[in-house]
Amino acid sequence: MKGNNVLGVAFANAGDGLLTELTKMRAMASVPVGGRYRMVDFTLSNMVHAGMSRVGMITKSNYRSLMDHVGNGKSWDLARKNGGLSLLPPYSHSEGGVYTGRIDALFDVIDFIASGEEEYVLLCDCDVVSSIDIERVFDFHTEKKADITIVCKQMAIPAGQDSMTMETDGDARILDVKIGEEMEREALVGLDMIVISKALLIQLLKDASSHNHTNFSREIIQKNADRLHIYAYETAEFAVYVDSMQSYYRLNMSLLDRSVRSRLFIRERPVFTKIRDNMPTRYGLGSRVSNSLIADGCVIEGEVENCVLFRDVKVAKGARLKNCILMQATQVGENAQLNYVITDKNVVLGNSRIMTGFETYPVFVQKGAEI
Amino acid sequence: MFSKTECVAMLLAGGQGSRLGVLTKKVAKPAVPFGGKYRIIDFPLSNCINSGIDTVGVLTQYQPLELNDYVGSGQPWDLDRSHGGVHILPPYQHIGGAAWYKGTANAIYQNMNFIERYSPEYVLVLSGDHIYKMDYSKMLDAHKATGADATIAVLEVPMEEASRFGIMNTRADGSVYEFEEKPKNPKSNKASMGIYIFTWEKLRYYLMEDEADPASSNDFGKNIIPAMLADGQKLSAYPFDGYWKDVGTIDSLWEANMDLLNPKIPLDLSDSRWRIYSRNPALPPQYIATGAKVQNSLVSEGCYIGGSVDFSVVFPDVVIEEGATVADSILMPGCRVKAGAVVEYAIVAEAAVISEGARVGERPEQSEHLEDWGVCVIGPGAVIHKAQTVGPNQMVDGEESL
Repeated sequence: MKGNNVLGVAFANAGDGLLTELTKMRAMASVPVGGRYRMVDFTLSNMVHAGMSRVGMITKSNYRSLMDHVGNGKSWDLARKNGGLSLLPPYSHSEGGVYTGRIDALFDVIDFIASGEEEYVLLCDCDVVSSIDIERVFDFHTEKKADITIVCKQMAIPAGQDSMTMETDGDARILDVKIGEEMEREALVGLDMIVISKALLIQLLKDASSHNHTNFSREIIQKNADRLHIYAYETAEFAVYVDSMQSYYRLNMSLLDRSVRSRLFIRERPVFTKIRDNMPTRYGLGSRVSNSLIADGCVIEGEVENCVLFRDVKVAKGARLKNCILMQATQVGENAQLNYVITDKNVVLGNSRIMTGFETYPVFVQKGAEI
Repeated sequence: MFSKTECVAMLLAGGQGSRLGVLTKKVAKPAVPFGGKYRIIDFPLSNCINSGIDTVGVLTQYQPLELNDYVGSGQPWDLDRSHGGVHILPPYQHIGGAAWYKGTANAIYQNMNFIERYSPEYVLVLSGDHIYKMDYSKMLDAHKATGADATIAVLEVPMEEASRFGIMNTRADGSVYEFEEKPKNPKSNKASMGIYIFTWEKLRYYLMEDEADPASSNDFGKNIIPAMLADGQKLSAYPFDGYWKDVGTIDSLWEANMDLLNPKIPLDLSDSRWRIYSRNPALPPQYIATGAKVQNSLVSEGCYIGGSVDFSVVFPDVVIEEGATVADSILMPGCRVKAGAVVEYAIVAEAAVISEGARVGERPEQSEHLEDWGVCVIGPGAVIHKAQTVGPNQMVDGEESL
């Protein structure tokens, strides 16, 4: 099973509802993260490093920034004559309205899935920041003669979302699936990264659709756990859910740790993103920067400590930033003081402004706001 | 045969750049890294696309491997076109033999077929070793307005430096009556920038005449321009008043990089209306560690800075460990400065390693022999061993063991 025998299908909007501040104007897939990336960069980079060359991205709303980011897929080498990246926005059904559940969404694009020569499909969400060697998942799928393989990781059960927790036998076969378990414990949690043969997927979709089922986890995975050979591929590689402002903040801040960066940014599997041709970051005379992750194109003349700065951020003289995440083109005026602040793109903070949040509740400033 | 293209650019990128020593041992001068993330050739290529010129021939000869790879399909500069785009033009074999490019004019002469495919009215001739931002479309407008046969971009240099340049002596209307190469007693301070626009029909004639003359050195400055002047063709000087620097020597390469740190120097690389495009590596953002000190510097993606950096230009993927000191230096992609090492007034080339406690370069004010002082150069892949000292003005070749 080689990557070029696998069709990628990514869900751009999965998890939108959990990160409402950041997804007001954009899909989860295009949420900025890690200084110069968007969530989708990790999904697509994982796929292309496994040799996959045809990817469809299902999106239902707020996808303009996503379209702008992925373009024709060139940044991921997915601008192909055959295959490459296709954005799959909704179209009105004769019944009206866009899809409501994942089964619906996949059923909508069943022609896209059926076309092409691939025998397998990798279904993937864009709300996990990860660096996972998917080729090994494919090998595992073949070796186990699995019907379905779900990539899982041992972690605390994410709160507030319908994540799948797995109970497996000694051979990694999934015996039982719990969905949306509200327990504060560690478990084998599914990362919504699923390998399945095209033929089986199409059959299951048709069956589910005829029963008017919409919930993929419940009606396709959970219900078939005893009937199909569903396996859990447990990864120890880097994978973190972004499912709240708190987890978003923690993830970004964790990148200040060298050992975390070395697990996410692996030299042989670089994370690709859209190129913006910024100049290198310029540090001015009075700049004092420590423990910070800084993208290109910034101009820093103030003090920056424990921060993640995206591209084109300007920090004027005398400004003091601590524990902040400033997205693209944020401008911080002279002598401003910020602590535990997250700014969306193009925020302008005037001179001498003071804003303070707390570690568990960072202040969020929405896109384009002028303060 | 293609449809008509008004102006085709020919970029001379075949020079060895021998005065850059170890920096151009394996790569042609236009491929030398510049400005924290660019290569020299990014400047003329970006100027072309920003000026609306989308057909560019890049003439290569010396060590073309890395340059070919870098230019590739031209995609980073938006020059991957179905019609036009960027083309690498190395010397080739033809009936009657094969010849290296004998000079700048001969390089264009050997590629007349390439130019003719586009039936241009004008040909823009550029060098691959200058740092500047220039709108060639304005120069083309001037060329058309004056009705000149050739237009040469000129920069006013300080009179005392004029004898280092090719000088255009002009009349009040900007037309050129004389060209002097490095004159002892310059009559004017209008230095040729090595940027020419020719009406193609005229240039084609003079290229063929020049080729027929066995005594010619087939050079634009030495032969083509003087021949056109001698025949009474109309040559016009086009004044340029922005930043322009020939980076053909270690000193000028170092200075031009340092100019980027000087807010008074008018070379703004952050201008979104005139971006300088380049091939970007896929690296995470730079990380500045606790205890690091970074001031007055440019730092690029993928760097890890643990030590102190002042007045320096740091390219992608450079590691400066805790306790290391870097000042007034240029660190090219992937080089490593280990704990306790000191790098001052130096150019450290790609993937070089400065080991723990080593000292590279020296501040001029500390030098005992100021007359011998100069920027120190550590060649690509060179390893400077623990506690070793490399003095000012030295050049270390990575392939020769120390």
